[in-house]
Amino acid sequence: MGILEVKGVNKRFGGLQALGDVNLSVKENSVHAIIGPNGAGKSTLLNCLVGKLIPDTGSVMFDGQSVLGRKPHEINQMGISRVFQTPEIFGDLTVMENMMIPCFASRDGAFRMHAVENMMAEKDIVERAEKMLEDMNMADKRHMHSASMSRGDKRRLEIGMCLAQEPKLLLLDEPTAGMARADTNNTIDLLKQISDERDITIAIIEHDMHVVFSLANRITVLAQGTPLVEDDPENIKGNPKVREAYLGETA
Amino acid sequence: MFGLNKKDSALLLLVAILTMLAPFILNPFPSDSGLAQFNAGYPDLMQRFVIFGIFAIGFNILFGLTGYLSFGHAAFLGVGSYSAVWMFKLLSMNIIPAIVLSVAIAGLFALVIGYVSLRRTGIYFSILTLAFAQMSFALAYSVLTPITNGETGLQLSLDDPRILDSANTSGSLPVTSLFGLEMRSSFDLVVGPWSFTFSVGYYICAIAMLLAFYLSIRIFRSPFGMMLRAIKSNQQRLNYTGLNPKPYTLAAFVISGMYAGLAGGLLASMDPLAGAERMQWTASGEVVLMTILGGVGTLIGPVLGAGLIKYFENIFSKINDTVLHGWFGILPDGIEDFLVSIIHPFVGKGWHLTLGIIFMLVVTFLPGGLVEGGQRIARLFRSKKKTDGADAAKTEPAE
Amino acid sequence: MDAIILQILNGLDKGSAYALIALGLTLIFGTLGVVNFAHGALFMIGAFCAVFVQRLLNLSFETVDPSKTDFLGQPLKVKTPYVESWFGPDVGATIIDWSVPLAVLFCIPVMVLIGFVMERGLIKHFYKREHADQILVTFGLAIVLQEVIKAFYGANPIQTPAPETLSGVATLAGGIVYPVWRIVYFCFAAVIIGGVFAFLQFTTFGMVVRAGMADRETVGLLGINIDRRFTVMFGIAAAVAGLAGVMYGPINAPNYHMGMDFLVLSFVVVVVGGMGSLPGAVAAGFLLGILESFASTTWATTTIPGINQIIIYLVAIIILLTRPRGLLGKKGVME
Repeated sequence: MGILEVKGVNKRFGGLQALGDVNLSVKENSVHAIIGPNGAGKSTLLNCLVGKLIPDTGSVMFDGQSVLGRKPHEINQMGISRVFQTPEIFGDLTVMENMMIPCFASRDGAFRMHAVENMMAEKDIVERAEKMLEDMNMADKRHMHSASMSRGDKRRLEIGMCLAQEPKLLLLDEPTAGMARADTNNTIDLLKQISDERDITIAIIEHDMHVVFSLANRITVLAQGTPLVEDDPENIKGNPKVREAYLGETA
Repeated sequence: MFGLNKKDSALLLLVAILTMLAPFILNPFPSDSGLAQFNAGYPDLMQRFVIFGIFAIGFNILFGLTGYLSFGHAAFLGVGSYSAVWMFKLLSMNIIPAIVLSVAIAGLFALVIGYVSLRRTGIYFSILTLAFAQMSFALAYSVLTPITNGETGLQLSLDDPRILDSANTSGSLPVTSLFGLEMRSSFDLVVGPWSFTFSVGYYICAIAMLLAFYLSIRIFRSPFGMMLRAIKSNQQRLNYTGLNPKPYTLAAFVISGMYAGLAGGLLASMDPLAGAERMQWTASGEVVLMTILGGVGTLIGPVLGAGLIKYFENIFSKINDTVLHGWFGILPDGIEDFLVSIIHPFVGKGWHLTLGIIFMLVVTFLPGGLVEGGQRIARLFRSKKKTDGADAAKTEPAE
Repeated sequence: MDAIILQILNGLDKGSAYALIALGLTLIFGTLGVVNFAHGALFMIGAFCAVFVQRLLNLSFETVDPSKTDFLGQPLKVKTPYVESWFGPDVGATIIDWSVPLAVLFCIPVMVLIGFVMERGLIKHFYKREHADQILVTFGLAIVLQEVIKAFYGANPIQTPAPETLSGVATLAGGIVYPVWRIVYFCFAAVIIGGVFAFLQFTTFGMVVRAGMADRETVGLLGINIDRRFTVMFGIAAAVAGLAGVMYGPINAPNYHMGMDFLVLSFVVVVVGGMGSLPGAVAAGFLLGILESFASTTWATTTIPGINQIIIYLVAIIILLTRPRGLLGKKGVME
């Protein structure tokens, strides 16, 4: 029984069957990659997991509870954090403020009025945020305006913000898309370090095979909205069905 | 000081000094000089400065922090005024219950309108608030006449019950007061050719504005304020950080509605009447102008903007052709007439034209308003100093 | 039954004006992605084109008629408009009488020009800014335009009567008596709306613009200079608003703040119709115009007092909350 169980999920957009009978099981503390050619339904699947889309049929269970019908922020409070394809951070805020927000969210829940106390007087939050910035090697950038950072740094901050909530499952949507090689390798190292050091499950959607095979210990291949095969990385590499679907080669 | 950091305390102190000394500062010209018409230190105008300052500070909590542009905030001001006048009619001429009620009722209105309007964002939100405000205006103007007295506006009358006050035997309308201290009582100080007026009403409003300003600093620096800025910055990320933006925006909307209610209540306390035109959408547009002109999202900007626009409205509109001829009288006649005819459309009744042009220029070139302008100038001086080898001051984030 | 038809007819003229303004707003929003708060001012300027032309045609010179005397026994001064002296009294008087329809010819180039200047001079710089900024700057522009008109023509409404032959009432089938000019206005609006749709549907220019409305970036990538076409579109939208204004003069005497009054309602119309949907804007314009006219009947106002004042806003609020995209709005526009 995995931490995330997807059973028989279908999703249609008009005449297009985006997801057809998807079953997926992500084991606790694994790094599970979901790969597939363009239009295979990876993003649709991800959106079904975080509450942005609701599947037509099927069930999505996280940690023994259904996520269906819950709003994104409620699903997040259950322990699923999401990293976006283009880093989604609070561009108008400083790096430190960016980091404080998830700390508040995990301490106080979805809404609490703190309208009169000074935010820097919240010692425990400040400490947590500073610790996380140090873990991410960003302590020196804490007063920076976050929109003015490089893409790699933004990605690092976004991952840090997700981790600050201590989620059980970290979902990454093509975390290295559009990155320079050096930034990509940095991100791989960071993710490796996270999965080694923390008690966390990582599910990653990725295009870049280099990233997938450096990180994943389980891979699901999605093609035309259905899972083709789920296996260990070594077996995936040699699988002719995967080569055909993914690379368009005939075996 | 009061739980603020050094810079904010300094700002608060500065505003406090300026408002307390306003009767001096705004009356720089001797009362019999030709420039006396530019004096703004008379109670009626000074009250407007601070009351609309409160209105703009409140509006800025919503628009400046969350980025939700409401085009219907005047409705809350109007509701506040009506509530206050009703309190004067029914309960007592003391301003405390009137102001409490106007803030409460405006807050209630804001809760209902905000709850509905905030289901949409962006331009849709602006239009929803606009629609609600226009609806309130139309209702106040026509159907709700028993409550609002329609076109005439709500006024006091001699036979109002006023159950807490002793019977009025004087035969004239009672005046608003704070536990017996009349709002319109004032004290004139004459120093040489200068004359300064200190009015009770103004100081009551000024204290209210200082409190409102202080509260807005606290909100800006609080975790709540940070969440509001986060809403403006990236709602998607906020959602995926387990936070629900809706209650935050609604709270901001209600708070700013209550500020507007306070402003409306104070307006009625200074002059106990309330009319529907206070709720019209052009009035909502005015508070938008004030906030943008001063500097949206900054602490002091809305106060500056409100003061500036109200000053222009009262002083600029008084400049007529006679005054212009007086100014340019020393010039040769041809040039004099030419200059007067050039300037004429922009002053007097045409001051709205000047306002519109300034506003467009500000939005286009100075989105941060006067505060940004000030900062740019300050930076210019600082960088000059730097080249002189003096200490380089680091640029501060927008205030 | 007749009463119902009468109310529908009564709603048509206001509905036509709403539809025309909303059409222009939607064209601008759909093509340029700009929320134009100055569009009401364009409507108002259009109306003042009629005033301008009327004054122009009435320019007169004075002659002294020695054969007649006024009540003081002085020789009578007679004002003769130049047009009457040029074309003879009969033709001249007819020209003056037809000043509003003539103003249409004058209005088109003027409005297109104003549209070009506005787009190139101001709006262009706001494509990449937030919608709030666009609203704010066009709001400022609206104030400026309305104050300029006020400076020239004063604050009072100025009558621009319809030509005499079109200013009476007509008796329609079923015995309904209805002002002729309102029928003219409705037909005029229908022709313009039809023209705009035909232009977008059947010309390559229109095709590109429609493609641009659907997906601006891709069309830009095809190497088509979409920006210039959008400038032209802005000119057209301005002309449509101006035409709506010019012909509205006889129904409602032009005053400098009529733009703001219509703007708020037109925005509501656009939102109800669906942001970015041209048919939606037109349909919602007529629909709300007719609804308003029904709500103004004695029956409606006695049943629910004040309903005529708030019906449009009420409908808008309900639509926005239940169908956020509006009646005919497309997915993905401003969400």
